[in-house]
Formats: sequence, structure tokens, C-alpha cells
Amino acid sequence: MSTATLAPAGRTTTSATVEFRSLRRQFGTTTALDGLDLTVEPGELLALLGPSGCGKTTALRILAGFETHDSGEVLVDGEDITRIPAHKRDAGMVFQSYSLFPHLTAADNVAFGLRMRGVAKAERRKRAHELLELVGLPQRAEHYPHQMSGGQQQRIALARALALQPRVLLLDEPLSALDAKVRLSLREEIRRLQQELGITTLFVTHDQEEALSMADRVAVLRAGQLEQCATPSELYSRPATAFVAEFVGTMSRIPCSRTADGQVEVLGHRHPVDGDLPADGDLHVLVRPENVELTPAADGPAQVVAASFLGAVTRLTVRLADGTEIKSDVPTETATTLPLGTHATLTLPPRPVLVDRATP
Amino acid sequence: MAQLISRLRVWRGAVLLLAGLYFLIPMAASVWFSIDDVNGTIAFDAYTGLISAPGFTDSLVLTLELAVVTVVVLLLLLVPAMIAVRLGSPKLRPLLEVVCTLPLVVPPVALTAGLIGVLRWGPDYLMDTPFFQTFVFVQQPEFPLVLVIAYVLMALPLAYRALDSGLRAVDVRTLVEAARNCGASWPRAVVQVILPNLRGALLNASFLTLALVLGEFTTASILGYQPFAVWIYSVGNSQGQMSVAVSVLSLLITWVLLLLLAAAGRERRHKTATAS
Repeated sequence: MSTATLAPAGRTTTSATVEFRSLRRQFGTTTALDGLDLTVEPGELLALLGPSGCGKTTALRILAGFETHDSGEVLVDGEDITRIPAHKRDAGMVFQSYSLFPHLTAADNVAFGLRMRGVAKAERRKRAHELLELVGLPQRAEHYPHQMSGGQQQRIALARALALQPRVLLLDEPLSALDAKVRLSLREEIRRLQQELGITTLFVTHDQEEALSMADRVAVLRAGQLEQCATPSELYSRPATAFVAEFVGTMSRIPCSRTADGQVEVLGHRHPVDGDLPADGDLHVLVRPENVELTPAADGPAQVVAASFLGAVTRLTVRLADGTEIKSDVPTETATTLPLGTHATLTLPPRPVLVDRATP
Repeated sequence: MAQLISRLRVWRGAVLLLAGLYFLIPMAASVWFSIDDVNGTIAFDAYTGLISAPGFTDSLVLTLELAVVTVVVLLLLLVPAMIAVRLGSPKLRPLLEVVCTLPLVVPPVALTAGLIGVLRWGPDYLMDTPFFQTFVFVQQPEFPLVLVIAYVLMALPLAYRALDSGLRAVDVRTLVEAARNCGASWPRAVVQVILPNLRGALLNASFLTLALVLGEFTTASILGYQPFAVWIYSVGNSQGQMSVAVSVLSLLITWVLLLLLAAAGRERRHKTATAS
């Protein structure tokens, strides 16, 4: 299953389907991948998101051919690529650390892969300059890596990865070493290029904001297993597990109790449960700050203990009598009516809530 | 404060002057001795006579050949080993470091005694075997490979240090992976990406090895060969002026090599600077 798109030099390239099937990888006693099943559709940008050690980089490196797996399959367009050496896999990669070859100019770096393929010098130069224009750095063609900023180096690395018109683009936390402003602009640039070229892209990151803003779909990994793979909005609004809910965005835990009819009672109100209700143990309801409504009330059960300005909204932290702390986003102009120490009532929207066992 | 700084400057100047004199006076004395004629005039006979002096060309050529082969063997052994350890088994790095630094604690005399012991060993019934023939081959006077073996061992710590500092400055793993991702096989990734970035370290290692081989006396002398250093010593016993002239000349050769090395490094920096 492949779709044809137009590459920068006017050539046709194909974007591929990538499949991980029951992929397992163990490093000593540590399990990096524990039966990962995941499919990346042609032309899709899929972000692999998760905490450190969840196996996201291992999966990417196995796909690139830099790591081996213990069992399972890696398929590109239905073909098992396990036995294909890294230099013959049709995948361009951008690394976390600046990986440009220090002894080559930007143009030579971009043309390196073409040189390995035996492309004639004139054609290499032409193609390199086209790619440098594509990433907005044609004026840096004759500069060496140490003469460029981190953001420029990563753009050159992106051009180098695209030079061979790969079927799959692999991005291993390419923005993590950059400062916030550059990160933001490069994030948009990568997304623009990916959409323009329609190339299947796997993007590894531990930054949820990056994943949610760039990806078509986000796969959340935990301890080598896939927790959920969904669109950013679905992941945020309908997390499949408590781990996803708390890893993506901000969540507050509020103690609750079961009712006889299979619902939960929280803050004095009954709510249906979204998903399964744990059979035993103490329970917590998980709520996002924007779903908690605060109303100033002298006899309210919650007291404002902290405020954090976020621009259009201010995030207030309120504390209940039992010490539970809950975050609530209120419009900044409303926040002035809720200074520190103010008592307030809490209201949750009347819809199913996500419930999890109370963490010790 | 200003007085303190000016006093420090005076002291610094004095120390530099003393250090300069410490090196320059013996050198100047050597040069003067080598050109001072018995009649009180200046003569360059010691230098002009060098070319025709018996053994000069042979010993110099032998030394340069030994130096080149030693550098090549050493780099061919050490560079792939160090890169392989960095890429494949980083845990073996301390072991490699200990092995490569070990020759520092073995005096050349002890090393040579060990070599003699090995080379003299060989029962008669092995005389016609390739094993025995190899022992004979490495000791042939035209080109004593046994000296190369000894020099490689002696230069190992120096070359290891130079290469290690070069490799530390390069993210070998990422660069190799980036090269492989661009379609380069393992050998091409190492040759076309890693080695060019180790240029300075390779030059340093080569120069240090070269300097060691040019000046090595103990092993060659005990084993009975006559490279340049041994020849200078033997000439010194009969022709004092010429032996000093040769010493001055070998010092100049070493300096020229050092300047060439520095110039190579500067040329690269200049090339990158002008590109900006």
C-alpha cells in the first residue's frame, strides 16, 4: 500500500506503510519493547510519545537498522526488513544530537548520501541546493557545521535525511537540544515539509506538546507496550488509560466512592464512569483543569493556595479539607475574583468521568 | 594593584628568559662547536661532509623507512581497534587503555631483553619450518622488522593518548549511524566520516611515533642494528664535530616536521574560517 507524491527535485517518491508486529527487545534484565504492535499509515506523521525508557527510541532504532530485536517483525510495505542492513534501508533519519559531518560543508553534508549512491557531482550539487532551499538555508551551502546554529544544523540534517527520497522519515527527538523559540519554528517547518512531501514519518519525543501539535496520530508507550494510539484530540479528550490521561496534559486526582448503581460520587455529585470501574480498592476521579469550575463561596470546601499565570487563563490550585489538591483553569480576568486564600465551591461537568485506583 | 601586576610581569619575563636560555645556550654551543674551525674561523665541513660520511645515508634512510612502517603498522592496529571498542564494546575501553599504556612501565632495556629471549628461542628441529624462518626474516639487517615490532610497542602509549583525545572530541557512534543512514557501508562510514575528523589526532600520533623512532637508541643498539641514533653515537666516538652537526641536523628535521604538522592544522582552520 503506497501513495505517490512529488519530491522536491520533481521526482516521484513513495511513502510506505510501517508495521511493528509483536516486537520484543530485552537489554539484560530491562525490557525495552514488550510485544509492540503498531501500524503507521502511508504519508502519516506518527509521534511515539512516552517517558524515558519506555522503548520509543528503541523501536525507531530497530526500524532504522541500528538495533536488533529479539522477536517480532518490522514490515515496510509488507516486506520484513529485519535482514536488510542499515545502509540499505530506505529510511532517512534526523538524530537528537547534531549529527552533521563536521569536516563537510552544509551542501556536502546534504549530498553525502547521493555520493554514496554514485550520483554524478553536478547532479549532487544541484540536488543539494534544491534541498537547502527547501529548508530555507541556501545561503549556508558552503558553511561548516560549527559555523551554524543548532536550529540551522538540524534543518541541514533534515535536508540530508530527505536527499535520498526515503520512503520513511525517522525523527529521534530532533528538537530537544534546541531553545524554545527555535523549537517552535522548526516544529512548524518539519510539519510543513512532511505534509508537502507526504512522507511516512515516525517522530520520537517525550514532549507531549510537540507530539500533540505536530502528529496526525500519537502512540503513547509505557514500559515497552502501547497504551493508546489515537489522534491528538482523542488522546486528550478520551484517554484510554489513567497513565495516558496523566501523561498527556494535566490531571488532578479527586477521591470518590462507588454507588450501588455502578456510578461514582465525587464532590457530592454522582457521575457515570467512562470505561471500566475498578472492582475494589479506593478510587480517584481524574479531571482536567479546564473541566473544574470554581465559584467563590465563603463556606466553599476548597481554598485557593496557588496561582500560575498562563496568558488567557490562570491555573489555580485549590486544596480540600483532606489535603487533596485540584487544579482549575479560569479565565485570567475571572482569576482576579479568586485571590489566594479565597474559599470556593467546585463543580465538574455532568458527563462520564475517568476513574482509577487510588495511588498509594 | 598596578604595582603588583608590573612586578608579576617582570617575574614572568625573567622566568621566560631563564627557560629560553636553558634551551638556547646548549643549542647555540652545539652549533658553534660544529662550525668552529681549529684555526678560529667558521667552517661548515662537518655539515658538508655528512653526505659522504660512511653510513650516514644508509642509517638515515633505514630510520625513515622504519619510522614510516612503524607509523603505518601502529595506526592500522590502533585506529580500527579503538573505533571498534567505542562502537561495539565501550566496556572494554579501560582494558584497551591499560594494555596500550602498559609499555610505559616497561623500560626499553627490559623490552629488548624479552625480545632477544624470544628470538633466540627455537629448537633445531624447527629450523626448516616457516615458524623459524619468520624469526630469521624479522631480523634481516636490510630491514629489521623486529625493530618495527619494538617501536610499535614503545609508541603505543603515545599514539593511544593522541588518538583517544581525538576520538573524545567526536561523537563516533552518531556519526557512523548518520553515515550508514545515508547509505555508507561500515568501512566507508569509518574511512569517509570518522578518519577525516581524526586528522589532527592521526597527525599527532604519527608525529610522536616519528619522533620516537628518530631518537630511539637502546633497542637498536642492543639488537646490533645501526639506525640514525646509533650511527650518531658511533660517529661521536671518532668524529666529535660531525656527531654534533648530525644532532643539530636531526633537531632541525624534527622541528620541520613539527612545523609541517602545525601548518597542516592551521591550513584546515583557515579553510573553515574563510568559508564563513
